[in-house]
Amino acid sequence: MPLSAAELDAIYLTIVLATITTVLLLLLGTPLAWWLSRRRGTVPALVESVVALPLILPPTVMGFYLLLMLAPDTAVGRLWQQVTGTQLAFSFSALVIGSVAYSLPFVVQPLQSAFQRIPEGLLQAAATLGAGPLDQFRSVALPLARRSFLTAASLGFAHTVGEFGVVLMIGGNIPGETRVVSIALYDLVESLRFAEAHRLAAGLVLFSLVLLFLLYRGDPRHNWRVRA
Amino acid sequence: MSGLALRLDCPGERGFRLSLDTVLSDRGITAIYGPSGSGKSTLLDCIAGLRRPLPGSTVRFRDQRWQEDSAFVPPWQRRIAYVFQDARLFPHLDVAGNLDYARRRCRAPGSPTGAQVIDWLDLQDLLDRAPDTLSAGQGQRVAIARALLSAPRLLLLDEPLANLDHAASQQCLGCLQRLAGELELPMLYVSHAIEEVSQLADHIVLLEQGRVVGQGPLLELCSRLDTRLSSEEQAAAIARGTVRRHDPEFDLTEIDVAGHTLFVNRLVQAAGRPCRLRIPARDVSVCRQQPADSSILNILPVTLAGIGREDGARVMLRLALGSQFLLARITRKSAARLRLQVGDRLYAQIKSAALLMESIDRL
Repeated sequence: MPLSAAELDAIYLTIVLATITTVLLLLLGTPLAWWLSRRRGTVPALVESVVALPLILPPTVMGFYLLLMLAPDTAVGRLWQQVTGTQLAFSFSALVIGSVAYSLPFVVQPLQSAFQRIPEGLLQAAATLGAGPLDQFRSVALPLARRSFLTAASLGFAHTVGEFGVVLMIGGNIPGETRVVSIALYDLVESLRFAEAHRLAAGLVLFSLVLLFLLYRGDPRHNWRVRA
Repeated sequence: MSGLALRLDCPGERGFRLSLDTVLSDRGITAIYGPSGSGKSTLLDCIAGLRRPLPGSTVRFRDQRWQEDSAFVPPWQRRIAYVFQDARLFPHLDVAGNLDYARRRCRAPGSPTGAQVIDWLDLQDLLDRAPDTLSAGQGQRVAIARALLSAPRLLLLDEPLANLDHAASQQCLGCLQRLAGELELPMLYVSHAIEEVSQLADHIVLLEQGRVVGQGPLLELCSRLDTRLSSEEQAAAIARGTVRRHDPEFDLTEIDVAGHTLFVNRLVQAAGRPCRLRIPARDVSVCRQQPADSSILNILPVTLAGIGREDGARVMLRLALGSQFLLARITRKSAARLRLQVGDRLYAQIKSAALLMESIDRL
Protein backbone atom coordinates (compact mmCIF):
# COMPACT_ATOMS: atom_id res chain seq x y z
CA MET A 1 0.00 0.00 0.00
CA PRO A 2 1.64 3.27 -1.10
CA LEU A 3 1.85 6.21 1.27
CA SER A 4 -1.10 8.56 1.15
CA ALA A 5 -0.75 12.16 0.06
CA ALA A 6 -1.30 13.29 3.65
CA GLU A 7 1.47 11.02 4.92
CA LEU A 8 3.86 12.17 2.18
CA ASP A 9 3.02 15.76 3.09
CA ALA A 10 3.84 15.08 6.72
CA ILE A 11 7.14 13.38 5.84
CA TYR A 12 8.13 16.19 3.48
CA LEU A 13 7.26 18.82 6.08
CA THR A 14 9.25 16.96 8.73
CA ILE A 15 12.34 16.79 6.54
CA VAL A 16 12.13 20.49 5.63
CA LEU A 17 11.64 21.43 9.29
CA ALA A 18 14.53 19.27 10.48
CA THR A 19 16.86 20.56 7.74
CA ILE A 20 16.15 24.23 8.41
CA THR A 21 16.39 23.66 12.16
CA THR A 22 19.72 21.83 11.83
CA VAL A 23 21.25 24.59 9.72
CA LEU A 24 20.10 27.24 12.21
CA LEU A 25 21.32 25.12 15.12
CA LEU A 26 24.80 24.81 13.64
CA LEU A 27 24.99 28.53 12.92
CA LEU A 28 23.84 29.38 16.42
CA GLY A 29 25.35 26.47 18.34
CA THR A 30 28.92 26.65 17.00
CA PRO A 31 29.85 30.08 18.37
CA LEU A 32 27.90 29.35 21.54
CA ALA A 33 29.70 26.04 22.09
CA TRP A 34 33.08 27.69 21.38
CA TRP A 35 32.35 30.46 23.86
CA LEU A 36 31.21 27.97 26.51
CA SER A 37 34.28 25.78 25.95
CA ARG A 38 36.74 28.63 26.61
CA ARG A 39 35.06 30.32 29.57
CA ARG A 40 34.63 29.56 33.25
CA GLY A 41 32.41 31.44 35.66
CA THR A 42 28.87 32.23 36.69
CA VAL A 43 27.54 33.64 33.44
CA PRO A 44 28.76 30.75 31.25
CA ALA A 45 27.43 28.25 33.81
CA LEU A 46 24.04 29.94 33.73
CA VAL A 47 23.98 29.97 29.92
CA GLU A 48 25.01 26.31 29.90
CA SER A 49 22.13 25.46 32.26
CA VAL A 50 19.59 27.29 30.12
CA VAL A 51 20.86 25.49 27.01
CA ALA A 52 20.53 22.13 28.81
CA LEU A 53 16.98 22.78 30.11
CA PRO A 54 15.18 21.02 27.23
CA LEU A 55 16.97 17.80 28.21
CA ILE A 56 15.00 17.52 31.43
CA LEU A 57 11.89 19.69 31.02
CA PRO A 58 8.72 18.05 29.68
CA PRO A 59 8.33 19.32 26.09
CA THR A 60 4.86 20.57 26.99
CA VAL A 61 6.36 23.02 29.49
CA MET A 62 8.66 24.44 26.85
CA GLY A 63 5.84 24.47 24.33
CA PHE A 64 3.54 26.27 26.76
CA TYR A 65 6.00 29.09 27.43
CA LEU A 66 6.96 29.36 23.77
CA LEU A 67 3.28 29.64 22.90
CA LEU A 68 2.83 32.44 25.42
CA MET A 69 5.93 34.16 24.04
CA LEU A 70 4.93 33.90 20.39
CA ALA A 71 1.26 34.81 20.82
CA PRO A 72 0.01 37.75 18.70
CA ASP A 73 -0.37 40.06 21.71
CA THR A 74 3.28 39.76 22.86
CA ALA A 75 6.20 41.93 21.72
CA VAL A 76 7.66 39.07 19.66
CA GLY A 77 4.28 38.22 18.13
CA ARG A 78 3.52 41.85 17.27
CA LEU A 79 6.93 42.45 15.72
CA TRP A 80 6.54 39.31 13.62
CA GLN A 81 3.08 40.41 12.52
CA GLN A 82 4.43 43.85 11.50
CA VAL A 83 7.40 42.49 9.57
CA THR A 84 5.79 39.51 7.82
CA GLY A 85 2.09 40.31 7.96
CA THR A 86 1.31 36.83 9.25
CA GLN A 87 0.63 35.35 12.65
CA LEU A 88 3.57 33.60 14.34
CA ALA A 89 1.84 31.12 16.64
CA PHE A 90 0.59 27.95 14.91
CA SER A 91 2.82 28.62 11.88
CA PHE A 92 5.73 26.75 10.37
CA SER A 93 8.06 29.54 11.57
CA ALA A 94 6.92 28.95 15.14
CA LEU A 95 7.78 25.28 14.70
CA VAL A 96 11.29 26.24 13.56
CA ILE A 97 11.77 28.51 16.59
CA GLY A 98 10.48 25.83 18.94
CA SER A 99 12.62 23.11 17.36
CA VAL A 100 15.76 25.22 17.57
CA ALA A 101 15.20 25.86 21.28
CA TYR A 102 14.27 22.26 21.95
CA SER A 103 17.19 20.64 20.09
CA LEU A 104 19.86 23.20 21.07
CA PRO A 105 21.55 21.02 23.73
CA PHE A 106 21.90 18.15 21.25
CA VAL A 107 24.05 20.37 19.04
CA VAL A 108 25.83 22.51 21.63
CA GLN A 109 26.94 19.70 23.95
CA PRO A 110 28.86 17.52 21.46
CA LEU A 111 30.49 20.61 19.96
CA GLN A 112 31.37 22.03 23.36
CA SER A 113 33.02 18.84 24.54
CA ALA A 114 34.91 18.55 21.25
CA PHE A 115 36.16 22.12 21.59
CA GLN A 116 37.14 21.48 25.20
CA ARG A 117 39.29 18.55 24.10
CA ILE A 118 41.38 20.82 21.88
CA PRO A 119 44.55 21.59 23.86
CA GLU A 120 45.06 25.26 24.62
CA GLY A 121 48.69 24.72 23.62
CA LEU A 122 47.75 24.16 19.98
CA LEU A 123 45.86 27.45 19.89
CA GLN A 124 48.85 29.16 21.51
CA ALA A 125 51.14 27.65 18.87
CA ALA A 126 48.80 28.98 16.16
CA ALA A 127 48.79 32.41 17.82
CA THR A 128 52.58 32.63 17.86
CA LEU A 129 52.63 31.70 14.17
CA GLY A 130 50.49 34.73 13.42
CA ALA A 131 46.94 33.36 13.59
CA GLY A 132 44.37 35.69 15.18
CA PRO A 133 41.45 34.32 17.22
CA LEU A 134 39.13 33.77 14.25
CA ASP A 135 41.94 32.18 12.26
CA GLN A 136 42.81 29.92 15.21
CA PHE A 137 39.20 28.82 15.39
CA ARG A 138 38.89 28.21 11.66
CA SER A 139 42.26 26.57 11.07
CA VAL A 140 42.72 24.55 14.29
CA ALA A 141 39.50 24.17 16.26
CA LEU A 142 37.11 23.49 13.36
CA PRO A 143 39.18 20.78 11.66
CA LEU A 144 39.93 19.06 14.97
CA ALA A 145 36.24 19.08 15.93
CA ARG A 146 35.17 18.03 12.43
CA ARG A 147 33.69 14.73 13.44
CA SER A 148 31.68 16.27 16.24
CA PHE A 149 29.92 18.51 13.73
CA LEU A 150 28.61 15.37 12.07
CA THR A 151 27.45 14.08 15.44
CA ALA A 152 25.89 17.41 16.39
CA ALA A 153 24.10 17.82 13.06
CA SER A 154 22.79 14.24 13.12
CA LEU A 155 21.55 14.46 16.69
CA GLY A 156 19.97 17.86 16.05
CA PHE A 157 18.24 16.55 12.92
CA ALA A 158 17.07 13.30 14.48
CA HIS A 159 15.84 14.98 17.62
CA THR A 160 13.85 17.50 15.60
CA VAL A 161 12.27 14.68 13.58
CA GLY A 162 11.34 12.98 16.84
CA GLU A 163 9.80 15.91 18.69
CA PHE A 164 6.12 15.91 19.56
CA GLY A 165 5.13 17.91 22.62
CA VAL A 166 6.56 21.27 21.56
CA VAL A 167 5.10 20.93 18.07
CA LEU A 168 1.68 20.11 19.44
CA MET A 169 1.70 23.09 21.78
CA ILE A 170 2.93 25.79 19.40
CA GLY A 171 2.17 24.37 15.96
CA GLY A 172 -1.07 22.51 16.31
CA ASN A 173 -2.04 20.18 13.53
CA ILE A 174 -2.37 22.09 10.26
CA PRO A 175 -1.75 19.86 7.21
CA GLY A 176 1.13 21.14 5.05
CA GLU A 177 2.00 23.82 7.62
CA THR A 178 2.60 22.22 11.02
CA ARG A 179 1.45 18.61 10.67
CA VAL A 180 4.74 16.71 10.99
CA VAL A 181 5.20 12.92 11.09
CA SER A 182 4.93 12.54 14.86
CA ILE A 183 1.62 14.47 14.87
CA ALA A 184 0.32 12.53 11.87
CA LEU A 185 1.15 9.32 13.73
CA TYR A 186 -0.78 10.52 16.77
CA ASP A 187 -3.79 11.27 14.53
CA LEU A 188 -3.68 7.81 12.98
CA VAL A 189 -3.59 6.11 16.38
CA GLU A 190 -6.44 8.33 17.63
CA SER A 191 -8.56 7.19 14.71
CA LEU A 192 -7.46 3.54 15.21
CA ARG A 193 -5.73 3.29 11.79
CA PHE A 194 -3.00 1.01 13.16
CA ALA A 195 -1.68 -0.32 9.84
CA GLU A 196 -0.80 3.17 8.63
CA ALA A 197 0.40 4.12 12.09
CA HIS A 198 2.78 1.17 11.97
CA ARG A 199 4.29 2.33 8.72
CA LEU A 200 5.12 5.78 10.07
CA ALA A 201 6.26 4.51 13.47
CA ALA A 202 8.47 1.76 12.02
CA GLY A 203 9.82 4.27 9.51
CA LEU A 204 10.87 6.60 12.34
CA VAL A 205 12.47 3.75 14.29
CA LEU A 206 14.40 2.59 11.24
CA PHE A 207 15.54 6.11 10.35
CA SER A 208 16.77 6.83 13.88
CA LEU A 209 18.48 3.47 14.21
CA VAL A 210 20.35 3.79 10.92
CA LEU A 211 21.48 7.31 11.77
CA LEU A 212 22.73 6.39 15.23
CA PHE A 213 24.43 3.25 13.91
CA LEU A 214 26.29 5.25 11.26
CA LEU A 215 27.37 7.73 13.91
CA TYR A 216 28.59 5.21 16.45
CA ARG A 217 30.33 3.00 13.90
CA GLY A 218 32.88 5.63 12.91
CA ASP A 219 35.89 5.52 15.19
CA PRO A 220 36.53 9.08 16.34
CA ARG A 221 40.28 8.57 16.36
CA HIS A 222 40.39 7.90 12.64
CA ASN A 223 38.61 11.04 11.71
CA TRP A 224 40.96 13.60 13.12
CA ARG A 225 43.37 13.96 10.28
CA VAL A 226 42.94 15.73 7.00
CA ARG A 227 45.81 15.45 4.58
CA ALA A 228 47.23 18.80 3.64
CA MET B 1 66.67 51.42 20.30
CA SER B 2 67.99 47.92 20.55
CA GLY B 3 67.48 44.99 22.85
CA LEU B 4 64.49 43.50 24.54
CA ALA B 5 63.55 45.78 27.43
CA LEU B 6 61.52 44.07 30.11
CA ARG B 7 59.91 45.31 33.25
CA LEU B 8 57.72 42.48 34.41
CA ASP B 9 55.61 41.75 37.40
CA CYS B 10 53.67 38.54 36.92
CA PRO B 11 52.18 36.44 39.69
CA GLY B 12 52.08 32.69 39.19
CA GLU B 13 50.85 29.72 41.15
CA ARG B 14 51.51 29.09 44.86
CA GLY B 15 52.84 32.53 45.71
CA PHE B 16 55.36 32.55 42.87
CA ARG B 17 56.07 35.94 41.37
CA LEU B 18 58.15 36.80 38.34
CA SER B 19 59.61 40.20 38.99
CA LEU B 20 62.39 41.66 36.88
CA ASP B 21 63.60 44.83 35.24
CA THR B 22 66.29 44.23 32.64
CA VAL B 23 67.32 44.53 29.02
CA LEU B 24 68.14 41.36 27.11
CA SER B 25 70.33 41.26 24.05
CA ASP B 26 68.59 41.17 20.69
CA ARG B 27 71.56 39.55 18.97
CA GLY B 28 72.72 35.97 18.99
CA ILE B 29 71.43 33.34 21.39
CA THR B 30 70.55 34.33 24.93
CA ALA B 31 70.14 31.44 27.34
CA ILE B 32 67.69 31.78 30.18
CA TYR B 33 69.06 29.42 32.75
CA GLY B 34 67.70 28.43 36.12
CA PRO B 35 66.25 25.55 38.12
CA SER B 36 62.71 24.40 37.39
CA GLY B 37 60.19 26.71 38.98
CA SER B 38 62.44 29.74 38.60
CA GLY B 39 60.05 31.38 36.14
CA LYS B 40 61.80 30.66 32.84
CA SER B 41 58.67 29.62 30.94
CA THR B 42 56.59 32.37 32.54
CA LEU B 43 59.17 34.84 31.27
CA LEU B 44 58.92 33.48 27.71
CA ASP B 45 55.10 33.52 27.88
CA CYS B 46 55.15 37.18 28.93
CA ILE B 47 57.49 38.03 26.05
CA ALA B 48 55.29 36.10 23.61
CA GLY B 49 52.12 37.71 24.92
CA LEU B 50 50.59 34.36 25.87
CA ARG B 51 50.48 35.54 29.45
CA ARG B 52 49.65 39.04 30.51
CA PRO B 53 51.75 40.44 33.36
CA LEU B 54 50.28 42.97 35.78
CA PRO B 55 49.59 46.55 34.69
CA GLY B 56 52.72 48.66 34.89
CA SER B 57 54.75 45.97 33.17
CA THR B 58 56.47 46.83 29.93
CA VAL B 59 57.79 44.70 27.10
CA ARG B 60 59.65 46.52 24.34
CA PHE B 61 61.46 44.85 21.48
CA ARG B 62 63.73 47.27 19.67
CA ASP B 63 61.47 50.19 18.75
CA GLN B 64 58.23 48.30 19.26
CA ARG B 65 56.08 48.51 22.33
CA TRP B 66 54.55 45.09 22.87
CA GLN B 67 53.20 46.03 26.24
CA GLU B 68 53.20 49.40 27.88
CA ASP B 69 50.56 51.19 29.93
CA SER B 70 47.26 50.06 28.46
CA ALA B 71 48.77 48.98 25.14
CA PHE B 72 49.03 45.25 24.60
CA VAL B 73 50.05 43.72 21.29
CA PRO B 74 48.56 40.21 21.03
CA PRO B 75 50.92 37.30 20.26
CA TRP B 76 49.79 36.98 16.64
CA GLN B 77 50.92 40.53 15.92
CA ARG B 78 54.32 40.34 17.62
CA ARG B 79 56.07 38.46 14.82
CA ILE B 80 57.68 36.11 17.25
CA ALA B 81 57.87 32.36 16.94
CA TYR B 82 57.81 29.93 19.83
CA VAL B 83 59.24 26.41 19.93
CA PHE B 84 57.60 24.61 22.83
CA GLN B 85 58.98 21.73 24.84
CA ASP B 86 56.16 19.55 23.45
CA ALA B 87 56.46 20.43 19.76
CA ARG B 88 52.71 21.23 19.49
CA LEU B 89 52.41 20.23 15.86
CA PHE B 90 48.88 20.38 14.51
CA PRO B 91 47.61 16.78 14.60
CA HIS B 92 45.18 17.29 11.71
CA LEU B 93 47.95 18.32 9.32
CA ASP B 94 50.94 16.34 8.08
CA VAL B 95 54.48 17.73 8.27
CA ALA B 96 54.14 19.64 5.00
CA GLY B 97 50.79 20.98 6.19
CA ASN B 98 52.30 22.18 9.44
CA LEU B 99 55.04 23.99 7.52
CA ASP B 100 52.48 25.47 5.14
CA TYR B 101 50.45 26.71 8.07
CA ALA B 102 53.34 28.95 9.07
CA ARG B 103 54.24 29.89 5.51
CA ARG B 104 50.70 31.05 4.71
CA ARG B 105 50.72 33.33 7.74
CA CYS B 106 54.29 34.47 7.13
CA ARG B 107 54.68 38.17 7.57
CA ALA B 108 57.75 38.58 5.37
CA PRO B 109 57.41 36.00 2.60
CA GLY B 110 60.47 34.38 1.13
CA SER B 111 62.89 34.61 4.03
CA PRO B 112 63.89 31.93 4.63
CA THR B 113 62.35 29.81 1.88
CA GLY B 114 60.65 26.49 2.50
CA ALA B 115 63.33 24.64 0.59
CA GLN B 116 66.08 26.20 2.72
CA VAL B 117 64.39 25.35 5.98
CA ILE B 118 63.61 21.79 4.91
CA ASP B 119 67.26 21.39 3.96
CA TRP B 120 68.64 22.93 7.17
CA LEU B 121 66.53 20.73 9.39
CA ASP B 122 66.76 17.66 7.17
CA LEU B 123 63.02 17.18 6.76
CA GLN B 124 62.94 16.03 3.14
CA ASP B 125 61.85 12.49 4.00
CA LEU B 126 59.30 13.49 6.62
CA LEU B 127 57.07 15.83 4.61
CA ASP B 128 54.13 13.48 4.17
CA ARG B 129 54.30 12.02 7.67
CA ALA B 130 51.65 12.62 10.31
CA PRO B 131 52.89 14.26 13.54
CA ASP B 132 51.96 11.26 15.69
CA THR B 133 54.29 9.04 13.67
CA LEU B 134 57.36 11.21 14.29
CA SER B 135 59.97 10.61 16.97
CA ALA B 136 60.43 13.35 19.56
CA GLY B 137 63.55 14.61 17.79
CA GLN B 138 61.90 14.66 14.37
CA GLY B 139 58.87 16.44 15.81
CA GLN B 140 61.04 19.10 17.37
CA ARG B 141 62.90 19.66 14.11
CA VAL B 142 59.55 20.16 12.35
CA ALA B 143 58.50 22.58 15.10
CA ILE B 144 61.71 24.58 14.62
CA ALA B 145 61.20 24.63 10.85
CA ARG B 146 57.60 25.73 11.28
CA ALA B 147 58.71 28.52 13.60
CA LEU B 148 61.33 29.75 11.12
CA LEU B 149 58.88 29.77 8.21
CA SER B 150 56.72 32.31 9.97
CA ALA B 151 59.63 34.74 9.49
CA PRO B 152 59.88 35.80 13.13
CA ARG B 153 61.96 38.69 14.41
CA LEU B 154 62.57 36.85 17.65
CA LEU B 155 62.61 33.11 18.25
CA LEU B 156 61.65 31.78 21.66
CA LEU B 157 62.65 28.24 22.59
CA ASP B 158 61.36 26.61 25.76
CA GLU B 159 63.56 23.62 26.63
CA PRO B 160 63.17 22.24 23.11
CA LEU B 161 65.53 19.34 23.80
CA ALA B 162 64.14 18.25 27.16
CA ASN B 163 62.26 15.22 25.79
CA LEU B 164 64.95 14.15 23.34
CA ASP B 165 67.54 11.39 23.68
CA HIS B 166 71.20 12.32 23.47
CA ALA B 167 71.68 11.70 19.75
CA ALA B 168 68.53 13.59 18.78
CA SER B 169 69.35 16.50 21.03
CA GLN B 170 72.88 16.74 19.59
CA GLN B 171 71.38 16.82 16.10
CA CYS B 172 68.93 19.56 17.10
CA LEU B 173 71.70 21.55 18.80
CA GLY B 174 73.73 21.32 15.62
CA CYS B 175 70.76 22.61 13.62
CA LEU B 176 70.17 25.52 15.98
CA GLN B 177 73.82 26.42 15.91
CA ARG B 178 73.84 26.43 12.12
CA LEU B 179 70.68 28.55 12.07
CA ALA B 180 72.13 31.10 14.43
CA GLY B 181 75.01 31.44 11.97
CA GLU B 182 72.85 31.57 8.83
CA LEU B 183 70.09 33.88 10.04
CA GLU B 184 70.31 37.12 11.86
CA LEU B 185 67.61 35.90 14.19
CA PRO B 186 67.89 36.59 17.90
CA MET B 187 66.89 33.63 20.04
CA LEU B 188 65.92 33.26 23.66
CA TYR B 189 66.70 29.76 24.77
CA VAL B 190 65.23 28.49 28.03
CA SER B 191 67.06 25.57 29.58
CA HIS B 192 68.11 24.01 32.83
CA ALA B 193 70.82 21.93 31.16
CA ILE B 194 74.15 23.72 31.39
CA GLU B 195 75.68 21.54 28.65
CA GLU B 196 73.18 22.82 26.08
CA VAL B 197 73.66 26.36 27.26
CA SER B 198 77.46 26.10 27.13
CA GLN B 199 77.33 24.82 23.62
CA LEU B 200 74.85 27.26 22.19
CA ALA B 201 74.55 30.53 24.03
CA ASP B 202 76.27 33.85 23.53
CA HIS B 203 74.64 35.45 26.56
CA ILE B 204 73.20 33.96 29.67
CA VAL B 205 70.56 35.20 32.09
CA LEU B 206 70.48 33.47 35.47
CA LEU B 207 66.99 33.23 36.88
CA GLU B 208 66.17 32.22 40.43
CA GLN B 209 62.76 32.38 42.11
CA GLY B 210 61.44 34.79 39.53
CA ARG B 211 64.40 37.17 39.71
CA VAL B 212 67.44 37.82 37.54
CA VAL B 213 70.48 37.00 39.66
CA GLY B 214 73.09 37.52 36.97
CA GLN B 215 73.43 38.13 33.27
CA GLY B 216 76.11 38.78 30.71
CA PRO B 217 78.25 37.13 28.04
CA LEU B 218 78.28 33.37 28.66
CA LEU B 219 82.06 32.93 28.63
CA GLU B 220 82.50 35.69 31.15
CA LEU B 221 79.71 34.60 33.46
CA CYS B 222 80.73 30.95 33.50
CA SER B 223 84.11 31.74 34.99
CA ARG B 224 82.98 34.28 37.56
CA LEU B 225 83.14 33.34 41.20
CA ASP B 226 80.15 35.37 42.33
CA THR B 227 77.35 33.63 40.44
CA ARG B 228 75.50 30.45 41.15
CA LEU B 229 77.13 28.82 38.13
CA SER B 230 80.49 28.49 39.88
CA SER B 231 78.99 26.92 42.98
CA GLU B 232 77.23 24.19 41.01
CA GLU B 233 78.73 20.72 41.21
CA GLN B 234 79.35 20.63 37.46
CA ALA B 235 80.81 24.14 37.34
CA ALA B 236 82.99 24.57 34.30
CA ALA B 237 84.72 27.33 32.43
CA ILE B 238 84.25 27.67 28.72
CA ALA B 239 87.31 28.51 26.66
CA ARG B 240 87.35 29.72 23.11
CA GLY B 241 89.90 28.21 20.77
CA THR B 242 90.84 27.31 17.24
CA VAL B 243 91.48 23.84 15.88
CA ARG B 244 95.18 23.79 14.99
CA ARG B 245 95.91 20.32 13.70
CA HIS B 246 95.09 16.67 14.12
CA ASP B 247 97.59 14.14 15.38
CA PRO B 248 96.65 10.81 13.82
CA GLU B 249 99.39 8.90 15.63
CA PHE B 250 97.93 9.49 19.10
CA ASP B 251 94.37 10.24 18.03
CA LEU B 252 94.48 13.75 19.44
CA THR B 253 93.64 17.18 18.18
CA GLU B 254 95.57 20.29 19.08
CA ILE B 255 93.57 23.34 19.95
CA ASP B 256 94.96 26.81 20.24
CA VAL B 257 93.60 28.63 23.29
CA ALA B 258 95.02 32.10 23.89
CA GLY B 259 98.29 31.14 22.23
CA HIS B 260 98.67 27.92 24.21
CA THR B 261 98.10 24.41 23.01
CA LEU B 262 95.49 22.07 24.44
CA PHE B 263 95.16 18.44 23.44
CA VAL B 264 91.72 16.87 23.21
CA ASN B 265 90.44 13.61 21.78
CA ARG B 266 90.63 13.64 18.02
CA LEU B 267 87.86 15.62 16.36
CA VAL B 268 86.33 15.82 12.96
CA GLN B 269 86.47 19.60 12.69
CA ALA B 270 88.80 20.98 10.07
CA ALA B 271 91.90 22.88 11.09
CA GLY B 272 91.37 26.59 11.46
CA ARG B 273 87.77 26.29 12.71
CA PRO B 274 86.80 28.08 15.89
CA CYS B 275 85.52 25.95 18.73
CA ARG B 276 84.49 26.00 22.36
CA LEU B 277 85.97 23.86 25.09
CA ARG B 278 84.18 23.12 28.30
CA ILE B 279 86.68 22.63 31.11
CA PRO B 280 85.11 21.32 34.35
CA ALA B 281 86.47 22.97 37.49
CA ARG B 282 86.90 19.61 39.23
CA ASP B 283 89.29 18.45 36.48
CA VAL B 284 91.68 21.35 36.94
CA SER B 285 94.42 21.38 39.59
CA VAL B 286 97.22 23.90 40.16
CA CYS B 287 100.91 23.79 41.14
CA ARG B 288 103.58 26.41 41.65
CA GLN B 289 106.30 24.68 39.61
CA GLN B 290 105.85 23.37 36.10
CA PRO B 291 105.56 19.60 36.58
CA ALA B 292 108.22 17.81 34.60
CA ASP B 293 107.04 14.22 34.38
CA SER B 294 103.26 14.40 34.60
CA SER B 295 100.91 12.11 32.72
CA ILE B 296 98.68 15.11 32.25
CA LEU B 297 99.17 16.57 28.79
CA ASN B 298 97.56 19.93 29.27
CA ILE B 299 99.62 22.12 31.56
CA LEU B 300 99.16 25.83 31.07
CA PRO B 301 100.77 28.85 32.74
CA VAL B 302 98.07 30.92 34.42
CA THR B 303 97.68 33.77 36.88
CA LEU B 304 95.50 33.39 39.95
CA ALA B 305 92.77 35.99 39.38
CA GLY B 306 90.47 35.23 42.29
CA ILE B 307 89.72 32.92 45.18
CA GLY B 308 86.08 32.07 45.71
CA ARG B 309 84.00 31.47 48.78
CA GLU B 310 84.99 28.42 50.78
CA ASP B 311 82.52 25.59 50.59
CA GLY B 312 83.13 22.81 53.10
CA ALA B 313 86.47 21.27 52.29
CA ARG B 314 86.72 22.94 48.91
CA VAL B 315 87.44 26.29 47.38
CA MET B 316 87.09 27.60 43.83
CA LEU B 317 89.95 29.39 42.04
CA ARG B 318 89.68 31.64 39.04
CA LEU B 319 92.68 31.43 36.75
CA ALA B 320 93.54 33.89 33.99
CA LEU B 321 94.83 32.44 30.74
CA GLY B 322 95.50 35.42 28.49
CA SER B 323 92.18 37.20 28.27
CA GLN B 324 90.24 34.03 29.14
CA PHE B 325 89.56 32.37 32.46
CA LEU B 326 89.52 28.86 33.86
CA LEU B 327 88.04 27.57 37.08
CA ALA B 328 89.75 25.12 39.40
CA ARG B 329 88.11 23.48 42.39
CA ILE B 330 90.72 22.39 44.93
CA THR B 331 90.66 21.51 48.60
CA ARG B 332 90.93 24.23 51.21
CA LYS B 333 93.85 22.35 52.65
CA SER B 334 95.82 22.55 49.37
CA ALA B 335 95.03 26.24 49.06
CA ALA B 336 96.44 26.82 52.57
CA ARG B 337 99.50 24.66 51.93
CA LEU B 338 100.32 26.49 48.69
CA ARG B 339 99.67 29.85 50.43
CA LEU B 340 97.75 31.01 47.36
CA GLN B 341 97.47 34.76 46.81
CA VAL B 342 95.70 36.58 44.02
CA GLY B 343 98.27 37.48 41.37
CA ASP B 344 100.36 34.33 41.89
CA ARG B 345 101.78 32.71 38.77
CA LEU B 346 100.72 29.07 38.68
CA TYR B 347 100.47 26.11 36.36
CA ALA B 348 97.05 24.68 35.71
CA GLN B 349 96.88 20.95 35.01
CA ILE B 350 93.80 20.09 33.01
CA LYS B 351 92.81 16.48 33.24
CA SER B 352 90.04 16.62 30.69
CA ALA B 353 88.54 19.10 28.35
CA ALA B 354 85.38 18.35 26.49
CA LEU B 355 85.07 19.94 23.18
CA LEU B 356 81.71 21.44 22.58
CA MET B 357 80.67 21.70 19.01
CA GLU B 358 82.29 23.85 16.51
CA SER B 359 81.15 27.28 17.36
CA ILE B 360 80.91 30.22 15.09
CA ASP B 361 81.48 33.38 16.96
CA ARG B 362 78.55 35.41 15.98
CA LEU B 363 79.08 38.59 17.91
